[in-house]
Amino acid sequence: MTTTSSAEPTRRDFLFIATGAVGAIGAAAALVPLVTQMNPDASTIAAGAPIEVDLTPIAEGQVIKVFWRGKPIFISHRTKKEIEEARNVNLASLPDPEPDQKRVKEGHDQWQVLIGICTHLGCIPLAHQGQYQGYFCPCHGSVYDTSGRIRSGPAPANLALPPYEFVSNDKIRIG
Amino acid sequence: MSGHATYQPQNGLMRWFDRRLPIASLVYSSFVAYPTPRNLNYWWTFGGILSIMLAVQIVTGITLAMHYTPHVDFAFKSVESIMRDVNHGWLLRYLHANGASMFFAAAYIHMFRGMYYGSYKDPREVLWILGVILLLLMIATGFMGYVLPWGQMSFWAATVITNLFSAIPLVGESVVTWLWGGYAVGNPTLQRFYSLHYLLPFVIAGVVVLHVWALHVVGQNNPAGIEPKSDKDTVPFTPYATIKDSFFLAVFFIVFAWFVFYMPNFMGHADNYIPANPSVTPAHIVPEWYYLPFYAILRAIPDKLMGVVALVASIVILAFLPWLDTSRVRSARYRPLYRQFFWVFVVVCIGLGWLGGKPAEGGYVIAARILTFYYFAHFLLILPLLGIFEKTKPLPNSITESVLREGVPIGASAPPPVVSR
Repeated sequence: MTTTSSAEPTRRDFLFIATGAVGAIGAAAALVPLVTQMNPDASTIAAGAPIEVDLTPIAEGQVIKVFWRGKPIFISHRTKKEIEEARNVNLASLPDPEPDQKRVKEGHDQWQVLIGICTHLGCIPLAHQGQYQGYFCPCHGSVYDTSGRIRSGPAPANLALPPYEFVSNDKIRIG
Repeated sequence: MSGHATYQPQNGLMRWFDRRLPIASLVYSSFVAYPTPRNLNYWWTFGGILSIMLAVQIVTGITLAMHYTPHVDFAFKSVESIMRDVNHGWLLRYLHANGASMFFAAAYIHMFRGMYYGSYKDPREVLWILGVILLLLMIATGFMGYVLPWGQMSFWAATVITNLFSAIPLVGESVVTWLWGGYAVGNPTLQRFYSLHYLLPFVIAGVVVLHVWALHVVGQNNPAGIEPKSDKDTVPFTPYATIKDSFFLAVFFIVFAWFVFYMPNFMGHADNYIPANPSVTPAHIVPEWYYLPFYAILRAIPDKLMGVVALVASIVILAFLPWLDTSRVRSARYRPLYRQFFWVFVVVCIGLGWLGGKPAEGGYVIAARILTFYYFAHFLLILPLLGIFEKTKPLPNSITESVLREGVPIGASAPPPVVSR
């Protein structure tokens, strides 16, 4: 840096600020492609398009697993007893309170669609296991009920719901 | 310390070269004439062992990379082909996999030695912090290497560890998607892990250069924890330290070879010989043994975000050790209370490691909570208070005095050369 202090800014002062500004902007711009190249690429996004699932072969009491965007999706055909158990719960006692009605589509109470990924650290819970016969994560012991709500263990939230809709009475579109 | 001798090339060509690039002088003053405290014990040989282990990992890693394919459809098969088809591929892979364990074992012994003898204290704080950075780099490298064979443990280790970042408030999910390059752990994840696993060892090598540089600026600590005061307190690095390091390196390599040839899968997990399956999580997933204490701390906290914070804090807190330990006396030899707390801490770390390999239920969780509390209490309560209340033993006047007072040490038959200058 210049040691002589002149009243007038010199040409070097101008060049220092101009070069520094261009250099800083250039470096920031160069970072953009280096960072964004790590985000999902076009083919991954295209492969993440919605899928349709026919529900007719799923027997009552059965949970099937399909894949959407590389994530396991649980489709549970719940029994009357399971629905009842999910609804006869004191909501205030839940770590992440949410009524069962909000976790299914209206008029399709028996069908529950969940992202089968434990909200703790991403393991896949096992169906029909654990204290509530809902889901149990073998990695760190999180227990979910028949509505996929967290009841005990380290997971912070209920099993997430994927975006889906009923195309007809026995067919859904996930995504 | 002025050192014991300076480099004088005998050969005319070497003299010509040394005036233009004094690399031989640098090596001579750093690894031949470098004055090293005369009382160093075998715990001081692990720095050299670690450098050699880094070289072993880089050499075996580069040769493995000639046969490995970083793609979800071929990774597992290419590792099996290394084991069955490639000439000596089994040996290279077992050296690399067990080498990682030996590398961590040596690093942990090296760190505990630094803690016992107070090697992190003034003026060696930067040296110690560089060591903590090396540990973090080793943890990242080891984790990404474990993912490459693309077995069940690889896949689920990648899933669980990358999901740690989902605990970050607000941006967590986007960060995880960015790390994965997809909506789940998949081919983009494997390819970037391979790229970084190849890169990081060279970053480690760079930081090792800084670590050794810092060491040579401040000089080595020693079992007495006092600075050398005269040339009588030191011996030249070669032959004294060179032969001691080499001897114990050979002992260390015999243990290494024992694992490689007789129990090469002892420290691995059988589940990793099952190809990765994104739809099934193994019933019992645990990381490699060298991450178990940190894993136990993660699981001990019943809250996701706080668990991750505790995990990170348990490593980062080491960087603050020079200031958390308030005692001016370095070596545990002259700190009777610290010496006991040190061994309790070692037992707590091993206990956490044992608990990290157990299922997260019942009494194991309670025990892990108690030990996690103690782990942090050691740094945040015990060390700051000990420095104030502990009555330390009187320090010897010099390293030479401490050696002679303790009787004739092993190797005393070869007294250091008397250098007159």
